[in-house]
Amino acid sequence: MVTSEGAMGRDYADQEVICRQGEVGDRMYVIQSGRAVVVHETAGSEVVLGELTTGDIFGEMSIFDRQPRSATVRAVGSAKVLTLDRRAFLTRVHQDPSLAFNILQKMSLRIRALDEELQHLKRAQ
Amino acid sequence: MNIPLEDGSRVAVIGGGPAGSLSAYFLLTFASRVGLDLKVDIFEPRDFTQPGPGGCNMCAGIVSESLIQFLASDGINLPTTVVQRGIDSYVLHTDETSVTIDTPLHEKRIAAVHRGGGPRDVSEVRWGGLDGYLLGLAQQLGARVVKARVSDVAWDQGRPQVQLREGPETYDLLVGAIGVNSASWRLFESLGLSYTRPKTTKAYITELNIGTEDVNRLFGSSMNLFLTDLPRVDFAGIIPKGEFATVCLLGDDIDSELVESFFNCDAIKRCFPAAWELQQGACHCSPWINVREASKPFMDRLVLVGDCGATRLYKDGIGAAYRTAKAAALAAVFNGVSESDFQEHYLPAYRAISSDNRYGELLFGVVHRVHKFRPLIRGVMRMAALEQKNPGMKRRLSIILWDMFTGSAPYRDIFFRALDPRFWGRFMWETALAIPGGATQERKGVEHGHQ
Repeated sequence: MVTSEGAMGRDYADQEVICRQGEVGDRMYVIQSGRAVVVHETAGSEVVLGELTTGDIFGEMSIFDRQPRSATVRAVGSAKVLTLDRRAFLTRVHQDPSLAFNILQKMSLRIRALDEELQHLKRAQ
Repeated sequence: MNIPLEDGSRVAVIGGGPAGSLSAYFLLTFASRVGLDLKVDIFEPRDFTQPGPGGCNMCAGIVSESLIQFLASDGINLPTTVVQRGIDSYVLHTDETSVTIDTPLHEKRIAAVHRGGGPRDVSEVRWGGLDGYLLGLAQQLGARVVKARVSDVAWDQGRPQVQLREGPETYDLLVGAIGVNSASWRLFESLGLSYTRPKTTKAYITELNIGTEDVNRLFGSSMNLFLTDLPRVDFAGIIPKGEFATVCLLGDDIDSELVESFFNCDAIKRCFPAAWELQQGACHCSPWINVREASKPFMDRLVLVGDCGATRLYKDGIGAAYRTAKAAALAAVFNGVSESDFQEHYLPAYRAISSDNRYGELLFGVVHRVHKFRPLIRGVMRMAALEQKNPGMKRRLSIILWDMFTGSAPYRDIFFRALDPRFWGRFMWETALAIPGGATQERKGVEHGHQ
């Protein structure tokens, strides 16, 4: 896996929103450099769900399930982020399914981390 | 008949450019996913960290928007040490006027890169080239790079054998990634591959050393494209890269006379200060480019990838190298390396590129005709400028031009978008208005619009 800082994409300033919870998403994102935070907003308060860094892909759920974004992602410090268009990506995936492997692998790691967190929460109850 | 690769199978890749390196990268990636132990050797005599012709694969050095996205999906993000400049817009020039067209997302999604260590007069090698970077990725996965030129190949009991100074080495699969600027065709022909070599023509590329400050001031992060009425030129562009501006002319056998005419045309003179003169002795090359695919790119235990097989007409050659390399690796790892394996699982991807090029030929044919009829050129410029000025207006022409000249979408998609009657209606209307005596006339100078 390549994790060196990428040169492409758009620059985001500290705290600038990259994608917003509730919006309909037509793209996913890859962090080329810098960091971002994933937050879930509920009635004026927010819960930090996780932090992302160089090489991380996010926003892929909306690409596959076409549901509104489940969380807001904001830059932490300055960050460079590349977008991947849903239509171009899915068209290519149907021609070359191996293109989705890397994203499936990352989603699998996320589910594993969620399982562990759920386990901790249930034990704490 | 199926010939599967097995644990311990050996693959020889001849050529360490993008097609060769990506073949090795994907062979090893897919093999590791299914627990297959492959040994991959890449034969590449050149050192891609060297500036000048010795480390360069002679190309304009553009990594397309679509390829940037596919590589990122595969987990390959081109690093800042390789990308000299991210491109986020383009400027379209004619002899009379220029128009700047921003991309919808205001995002740098096209990479301007050097293939090797940079032009021969580079002041210091600050960036690595794309080819060296991709070769490094293959090495990280375990590919062995052999710095040697393959002098001959033969069959050894039904397996390809590579002849080296140190002696012969036998492999289970031979991947040919020699491009079109090499005399190594005979290697594959000597193995019995009966195919028609790709049809080629000559391009022209030069690297103008004008300094980082002037590159920033004159070109920024924009690719500059020229719609000139020069004969035989299908594409003329200037791409900013670090302290250099790369000038690229593609068409039908670009010769020195045509190059001189290009530098003397009004559109290009407008891009440079009045006192600017073309430097003598700038790093330049006239590489062959593939304009029609090889007829048959495989046989048992042999497959050709990249330019020596099929590439995309004029644009996104590196993207075609990626697609053929990946398709060949998928076929080899998940199916096998016999002629019928490649026929069934590699040929469709290969044919997709070559059949898309037929649409490209049609599109460039239309551009040729538009060049010759000045009111149509004025219509193009007028419509492009209007699309930029009016955020509510559909950017039909801007996107067609962007995709066509940057290689960001298949020619087939562009062709069918260009058939849209709403596009033609608007275009003919703007062309009518641009005719002298029409409702308005285009002013001279740079029209600039932002969405």
